[in-house]
Amino acid sequence: MRRFSRDRLTAVLMLLPSLVVLAIFVYGFIGQTAYVSFTDWGRDPAQALAVSPQLNFVGWDNYQRLFTGLLESRFRQDLVNLVFFTVFFIVGSLGLGLALAILLDRGVKGEAFFRTIFLYPFALAFIVTGTVWRWMLQPQGGVNLLPTYLGLPRGEFAWLTSREQVWRFDWNQVPSITAGIVAVVLLWIAWGALRRAQHGQAFGFAIVGLALAAWGLAGGPGVELLPFPERRGFNLALIGVIIAAVWQMSGYTMALYLASLRGIPEELREAARVDGASGFQVYRHVVFPLLGPITLSAMIILGHISLKIFDLIWAMAGPDLATTSVPALLMYLRAFRGNQFADGAAIAMVLLLMVALVIVPYLWSSLRGEVRR
Amino acid sequence: MRRLLAVLIAVGMSVVAANEVEVFHWWAGDEGPALQALIEVFEEQYPEITVNDAAVTGGAGVVARAVLRTRMLGGQPPDTFQVHAGDELILTWVVADRMEDLTFLFEEEGWLDVLSPDLIELISTPEGIWSVPVNIHRSNVMWYVPENLEQWGVEVPETWDAFLEICPTLQAEGVTPLSLGEAWTVVHLWESVALAAMGPDQYSQLWTGQLPFDSPAGVEAWELFGEILECTNPDASGLSWQQATDLVVDGEAAFNVMGDWAAGYMYTTLELEPGTGFGWAASPDTEGVFMVLSDSFGLPRGAPNRDNAIAWLRVSGSLEGQDTFNPIKGSIAPRLDSDLDLYNAYLQDAAADFAVDRQVGSLMHGTVGSDPFRDNFFLALDVFYDTGRNAQAAASAAQAVALQFGVGR
Amino acid sequence: MIAALKRTRWLTYGLLIIASLFFLGPVYLVIVTAFKEPAEIRLATAWHLPQRWYWQSFVVAWDAFSTGLRNSLILAVTATVISAMLGSLNGYVLSKWRFPGANIVFPLMLFGMFIPYQSILIPLFQFLRDVGLYGGLPGLIVTHVVYGLPITTLIFRNFYAEIPDEMLEAGKIDGAGFFGLYARIVFPLSIAGFVVVIIWQFTQIWNEFLFAVTLTRPASAPITVALAQLAGGEAVRWNLPMAGAILAALPTLIIYIILGRYFIRGLLAGSVKG
Repeated sequence: MRRFSRDRLTAVLMLLPSLVVLAIFVYGFIGQTAYVSFTDWGRDPAQALAVSPQLNFVGWDNYQRLFTGLLESRFRQDLVNLVFFTVFFIVGSLGLGLALAILLDRGVKGEAFFRTIFLYPFALAFIVTGTVWRWMLQPQGGVNLLPTYLGLPRGEFAWLTSREQVWRFDWNQVPSITAGIVAVVLLWIAWGALRRAQHGQAFGFAIVGLALAAWGLAGGPGVELLPFPERRGFNLALIGVIIAAVWQMSGYTMALYLASLRGIPEELREAARVDGASGFQVYRHVVFPLLGPITLSAMIILGHISLKIFDLIWAMAGPDLATTSVPALLMYLRAFRGNQFADGAAIAMVLLLMVALVIVPYLWSSLRGEVRR
Repeated sequence: MRRLLAVLIAVGMSVVAANEVEVFHWWAGDEGPALQALIEVFEEQYPEITVNDAAVTGGAGVVARAVLRTRMLGGQPPDTFQVHAGDELILTWVVADRMEDLTFLFEEEGWLDVLSPDLIELISTPEGIWSVPVNIHRSNVMWYVPENLEQWGVEVPETWDAFLEICPTLQAEGVTPLSLGEAWTVVHLWESVALAAMGPDQYSQLWTGQLPFDSPAGVEAWELFGEILECTNPDASGLSWQQATDLVVDGEAAFNVMGDWAAGYMYTTLELEPGTGFGWAASPDTEGVFMVLSDSFGLPRGAPNRDNAIAWLRVSGSLEGQDTFNPIKGSIAPRLDSDLDLYNAYLQDAAADFAVDRQVGSLMHGTVGSDPFRDNFFLALDVFYDTGRNAQAAASAAQAVALQFGVGR
Repeated sequence: MIAALKRTRWLTYGLLIIASLFFLGPVYLVIVTAFKEPAEIRLATAWHLPQRWYWQSFVVAWDAFSTGLRNSLILAVTATVISAMLGSLNGYVLSKWRFPGANIVFPLMLFGMFIPYQSILIPLFQFLRDVGLYGGLPGLIVTHVVYGLPITTLIFRNFYAEIPDEMLEAGKIDGAGFFGLYARIVFPLSIAGFVVVIIWQFTQIWNEFLFAVTLTRPASAPITVALAQLAGGEAVRWNLPMAGAILAALPTLIIYIILGRYFIRGLLAGSVKG
């Protein structure tokens, strides 16, 4: 027994260095970044580049400027870009990945060959993908030339350099829009709880959801972030970046889905077919419901990749192009090019918060499930 | 024995390492040959020192400056680095106490008597002289191909009004009236337009803080700028400055406003003859004004090979060094005793203008406006685009940048 | 019925081939561009085959990228091996020597692999500068080892969970201690786990850009930084970036094609539970 506990101690001691290092490099550094984000580091150029800079505490000022300052226009567009990019990137990768997985699951010849082709972009660096697609998307060459080989006129879309913007809204509406989206999610959860006959839970979510919706419709517009309207929207220049990102990552979702499809017992499908279900109905009623968990996992993984997207845009459009920029890129530019470290730190903290909102519930639920198992 | 060998090798390597000079700069590709020539001059005079050519490419040094600042912050300064003379040098590096005073070198080499006094003023504070200028470029130049203009039946516009008049004519021909490149070239165009709209007096007052950016004159500059942007190519943001120049050379665009390194590019790389292969004029409404920028080399505190760096600076400021470097680079020498016979037709013209013209400083190229101001000035451009080219909004944004980051000396 | 089946069969293959074209199109364009003479590269004829296959771009690209490739190789190999060793040890402890609080410690560790690295970049930069590791490869290696710990630990932990506890119990009865069990039972069973982890880490580190661009000076920059620099620099002549992209992509592609099976296992493991 004593032997065992000594070994147990050894075990913990062996793990300890990693734990300490991670505690410092992850949590300690996050704390330090948080601290920097509350200072004025970088506003005074003499301090920004000094050997040992003097920092002053400025509270939430940096954050306030990001969301409501006249000059932080780019940050706000970056956030909007990021939201649109994330949505289309996830939908595109899941959709294409699922389609490819279903095609491959139909027992085709040369499956391994096709699988290799679909997945290889995942092995590439985003920098490589970006460099390649930048060439693909030159307005007067690449993809735009393809229609001419079918006898059609050349494509005219300016891809990465387009300045067109669609689905425009006023930045001042963001609080009410956010409230609306959260309300819809809450009501959806309430609906799910109702179906599972958990009336108490359903009632709670419904009340909060309705309250938010009401606030969004009535009180929300009273919140003025900016003293003037600021039009934001979806920059069409992002389409090219989204295509390249989907090109790179849909093989990954294909692999996830394929593994998942292979895990569905053939008897289940057979039973459905015996009951007279058509091919499509088998998917609709038997296969898709079983893909729920892997879809969620894939969404989380893709979502956090998307929130951190940096190198792909750098290589495709260059770090200076505001129309395709995202907060991860802006943070780098602010901190390491402009030496406005406090601003950079504040952007980084916003980014961290967004990632945490996605990841923490996921980690919590999947590990809790594991313990229960 | 083995150990001894290892020690010997280590010593040998450190000796080799010690006898180099790391020159940090952003002249690569088409701008590389000029520096190569300067390096050759250096290696002739100091054969025992190897030049470590640390080039970081990317438009107008935008990328290089980021790398440099990170290195300086990281406590790893190069031996010497390229820096624009003027506020970029003073308000970035001198105020942060990162540079060594070079007054001693200027005295030893007698540069105080042979270098342009206007230029010396740009690199000096009451505490000292902080870098060695190697060239003088002009920012406000408009480029074209004379043959093409003839073919389209247009004249070189002397004013922006004249330009805006011929703009539809050119567009009807399927020609881009004014070619433009990535973000920094837009700021480059802006400074020439602002100079045109405001005149040299008011333009200069911007950088002393005497005139706010959102004054009526400032707003007017943005209005004119917006009209001019209507005459530019839609794919601008994807092009380097050379590619924007190529558009003019290839006959796809009529004009391009760029610093006179474009002449170096067309003369040295594209092998076009000044005057016939390409033509030039002061950018509209700025005849008689020379918007100056100058590259220089400085000596950072803590340079690992300080003596070698000083040797490099000696060569950079010497007559032989400057008259080797500049004709290839497409710039004129800061030295007043430079031999103009070595320079091509464009540069002789530029040198004549420099001697008589009114001088103002370039924002994009660091002569005026602190680095943080310039970096954040791009935000004003973003605001301009975001608001559908609202001149008032952009001017207010520019002024807000000036208030937040300070504008100049 | 049979005709309908045949039709869907054709449709399936048709769609697969269209998808393949989408995935291979860029490869084709990269190859034809890399093998053209610079003067032959024009936007309008981008998809045409080279009139003459021209190797010189690779010679030039090799000159431009050999330092970057060498740096990347040193970086990826060293950081991969160290983080794999540490991950194996950590995974062994976490799966076979459960201790109170492990359920809290493990998710806290895992969180480290999801954070946007921007949120630690400024302090990391300061730290590396203060210990004199900024600018060179050693600093970047340390960085990749540290931030690689969560994923390598996770993969090994899940891998070792499959080893029956009875085997270790048997070892304990034979008198083996912590290290003995690891050396005699766990490690020999880990080969597949190591292959998965090494492939995963090597690919990730080879392809990484943010740390590389922030923490190295140009002489120590890995290939991704060198490629981004060349492609983003002035007057892009597309043969060089394309040849460079091929050089930068080859190592990870070769690994993927040879060891694809393990590669897929690695990426499945990347989703926490797999």
